[in-house]
Amino acid sequence: MRTNRLFAATALVAALGLAATACGGSSDSSSGKGGSTKGVTLTYWASNQGTSLDNDKQVLTPELKKFEQQTGIHVKLEVIGWADLLNRILAATTSGQGPDVLNIGNTWSASLQATGALLPWDSANFQAIGGKDRFAASAIAAAGAAGKDPAAVPLYSMGYGLYYNKKMFADAGLKPPTTWAELDADAKKLTTGGHYGIAVEGGNPTENVHHAFVLAKQHGADWFDASGKPTFTGAGNVAAVKQYVDFIADGLANKGDAEYSQNQTITDFATGKAAMMMWQTASSSILSHGMKSTDYGVVPVPTLTAGATGDQGVTSMVAGINISVFKNTKNKDAAVKFVKFMTSTPEQKILNKAYGSIPPVTEAQSDPAFQTPDLKTIDGVLQHSAAPMPQVPNEAQFETTVGTAIKDLFADAANGKAITDSNVKSALEKAQSQMPAS
Amino acid sequence: MAATAPPRSASEAGPDSGKSAGRGRLRPRVPARLRQLSLPYLLLLPALALELLIHIVPMVFGIIISFKGLTLFFIHNWKSAPWTGFDNYKVAVKIHQPIGQALLHSFWVTIAFTVLSVALSWLIGTVAAILMQDSFRGRAVLRAVFLVPYALPVYAAVITWTFMFQQDTGLVNHVLHDQLHLTSNKPFWLIGGNSFWALVIVSVWKSWPFAFLALMAGLQNIPRELYEAAAMDGAGVWQQIRKITLPSLRAVNQVLVLVLFLWTFNDFNTPYVMFGQAAPHQADLISIHIYQSSFLTWNFGSGSAMSVLLLLFLLVVTAVYLLITSRRRGDADA
Amino acid sequence: MPRIPTQPSPMAQPRSFVWTRRVVLTLLLVFVLVPVYVMLSSSLKSLSGVQGSFQWIPHHITARPYIDIWKTIPLAHYFMNSLIVSVSATLFSVAVAIFASYGVSRYRFPGRRLFTVTVLSTQMFPGILFLLPLYLIFVNIGNSTGITLNGSRLGLIITYLTFSLPFSIWMLVGYFDSIPRDLDEAAKVDGCGPMGALFRVVVPAAVPGIVAVCVYAFMTAWGEVLFASVMTNESTRTLAVGLREYATQNDVYWNQVMAASLVVSVPVVAGFLLLQRYLVAGLTAGAVK
Repeated sequence: MRTNRLFAATALVAALGLAATACGGSSDSSSGKGGSTKGVTLTYWASNQGTSLDNDKQVLTPELKKFEQQTGIHVKLEVIGWADLLNRILAATTSGQGPDVLNIGNTWSASLQATGALLPWDSANFQAIGGKDRFAASAIAAAGAAGKDPAAVPLYSMGYGLYYNKKMFADAGLKPPTTWAELDADAKKLTTGGHYGIAVEGGNPTENVHHAFVLAKQHGADWFDASGKPTFTGAGNVAAVKQYVDFIADGLANKGDAEYSQNQTITDFATGKAAMMMWQTASSSILSHGMKSTDYGVVPVPTLTAGATGDQGVTSMVAGINISVFKNTKNKDAAVKFVKFMTSTPEQKILNKAYGSIPPVTEAQSDPAFQTPDLKTIDGVLQHSAAPMPQVPNEAQFETTVGTAIKDLFADAANGKAITDSNVKSALEKAQSQMPAS
Repeated sequence: MAATAPPRSASEAGPDSGKSAGRGRLRPRVPARLRQLSLPYLLLLPALALELLIHIVPMVFGIIISFKGLTLFFIHNWKSAPWTGFDNYKVAVKIHQPIGQALLHSFWVTIAFTVLSVALSWLIGTVAAILMQDSFRGRAVLRAVFLVPYALPVYAAVITWTFMFQQDTGLVNHVLHDQLHLTSNKPFWLIGGNSFWALVIVSVWKSWPFAFLALMAGLQNIPRELYEAAAMDGAGVWQQIRKITLPSLRAVNQVLVLVLFLWTFNDFNTPYVMFGQAAPHQADLISIHIYQSSFLTWNFGSGSAMSVLLLLFLLVVTAVYLLITSRRRGDADA
Repeated sequence: MPRIPTQPSPMAQPRSFVWTRRVVLTLLLVFVLVPVYVMLSSSLKSLSGVQGSFQWIPHHITARPYIDIWKTIPLAHYFMNSLIVSVSATLFSVAVAIFASYGVSRYRFPGRRLFTVTVLSTQMFPGILFLLPLYLIFVNIGNSTGITLNGSRLGLIITYLTFSLPFSIWMLVGYFDSIPRDLDEAAKVDGCGPMGALFRVVVPAAVPGIVAVCVYAFMTAWGEVLFASVMTNESTRTLAVGLREYATQNDVYWNQVMAASLVVSVPVVAGFLLLQRYLVAGLTAGAVK
């Protein structure tokens, strides 16, 4: 009867529909057991380093083809935007099903290490990729907790520098500052007529934390003690945060900077609205905003006193991207081979050149592409005055609580509230109290 | 529409013996009575199976996790996370401790936000629906245009508003400050105290068309005779609205307000697109707050406990709401 | 097909009413349309123009963003994914909802109340929480049966169709309840079973309500971000997630975000506008008891 036929037809369509839609999408890589790694397919999650995800694909695909020609290992590439990368890694860690090789922000290293999801790079693994001493020491330090085998291998290195507008400085007869006092004086002079001395990305918690970290180091403070307990409320921490927030409170940066979280700082710098900014290896970003590389210069971020060394001389956190292998991978040998390829000197030169970053592999750093004035400066910073962010499991929480506290302080400053030591301290106390008890 | 009311005809609907054996062809030899009894369950089966798979089992999972100390050390292997009893709940509930305090603050912000958003959406929807009840030139076009905010993808709509609220380059300040000279300097909308109002505005912009639709539909069902009788008794337009239109909408409103409340309270997309991961203190909605406490810091035990508390609160509110509104409707109908 | 009555109201319309209506509706129109205008004008500016101070009329109009949007992210691909996922989720969701609502509406059975209350309670649980448990369930299904749900469109379809079930069932039950039983009886006298009554009588009478549920289910699936961000990979990514990729490492391409949003919204709004007359009639009978 008609309804029966209708039923059958519906069921058939539904079944076909389900079957059709089951196609598309992939699971983890196929397994290649045994010693030979030929014919294996690796899944590789790359992060967004270029101007678009497509751009990343275009940069990486030829290199992956090269790798396949050399080793017979096929690499399935997926480029994941920063909005989703950590969530995807989390889902992969939770389920045990994920890529074989992946990029991680190097500040995530200790947290991911604590989850046990990443392959530790012991001496055997390092041997397989050419040895630990190929890499810059600071980069290795930012790949896992001290005293443990690193959970990842450095891939691209970046560092903060102070970018300054050459013309605006020349017109005002100023030289780039080396101490904070000089910077404040310069910024005051340059803050006239709708222009500002400096731009800061106040609405971005991660940026806030990076600068607070460096400033605290210069003031002799750390954010965690040796046992991993948070120490946010020390005098040095308070001084650091207050110094950073004072850029808006003292009018050296535009009030509007307090809500910047989409790289508007770079726009302001490139359009000449702000004369200085502190940013990570920003050459390609600045270029894409229309400012020529001859129009600006880079010097290390200032310190409290001229020529400071040691902790007082820290001018940048060790920024960068690490490459790591999922412990659950079924293709460990192939994955290690891929890491070896990506950290090989020729590849390091090619990739870092494409992305405007600095190779953590010391051998590759001598390439002329990295001898431009700004890259040389940042390279010097990475070698002499960079310190890794706290390599503790709670690093993400630290960034969230302290970064948001600083964002709220910026908002207060922008709305005209006074920024004093005591309200900075209470903001940091609140942040610290939200850290877990352990 | 909330609870299912008994169908109008009292008879038990079901196949009668008119479905004779002559009809069945490939039908299995199942007695008619059994078929009759099992039919409703069969009808419900797909929905039930899906709900179990997608909603219920994960919910139960989430509730179980709230009793475990599931932090980043254990996400690799959830079973090995230690049982912590009510510890996660205690932390969330201790309102004199920072974490509990922050949660409570977020809770109040969310209640204020939801009440304001739902009230304004409902008000604007009601006004628009009543004003559009009679035909006039361009009514159809206007009705179509008013639905656009509901039809636009949420991301696009919220991003556009975020854009408009930017302090230096946004439209809102351009109009308020540069063109109308209403404020002496450009206020902030995405941080600070105004962020709450920016959030409310965006939420109302997105939600009111849905209220408008529901109410427009409800208005169609009011019998004309009521208006005619009132007009003959000398009641003016405004009186008719008060005495006839609004009371007749009570049934629609009961459902509409509840649904809007639940959806707005749990809204994650709007604040996330507007503020990113770090919501300003004054606009710290509970959905974002729990996200920050669990997803960003990988402490799922704590986040689950907070979500369960949220669920309990909404259950209580819904139950009380349904009780009150059903009783009032009962009184009104009597 | 029920039509919306358009005869003039018997209420006398004093001038105050007419003028109030004009003023209020005009203000509302401005409120609704200003962001749409911002989207449009921003989509026609260059990146630096968009990031500069706001101008009502752009100084330089360029259609460049409309070309770039297809290259910066694979917009067409994401659009197809979203379309497939949303349409499939809608069709299956409505089908499942029709069956379940018919059962609840036409039958009394033990567990009926429990079912409706449980279905309602799912609306109260914050989505972020059952994201990972659901992901794990999909992984387990994948491991035990070989059906890949994570990273596949199927997984998303199943998820989205369930998301829209509670409200759809709620609404269709109310709608079916308002369709008189006599119609069912009449069909059965003709020799149809209950399924026959459903398809030949109830469903045709309930088309407006069903259309309403279709629109709701589609919009739910179309705009969902959180679950899609974790459960899709490159080849199955939907629009809602993909649109965020205009914010890259260096830049947020605001003008392209606006252009892409408009482009993907046009078909949706068009479809919506075509269907809205059914929607209005649909919500009526479902809501009022």
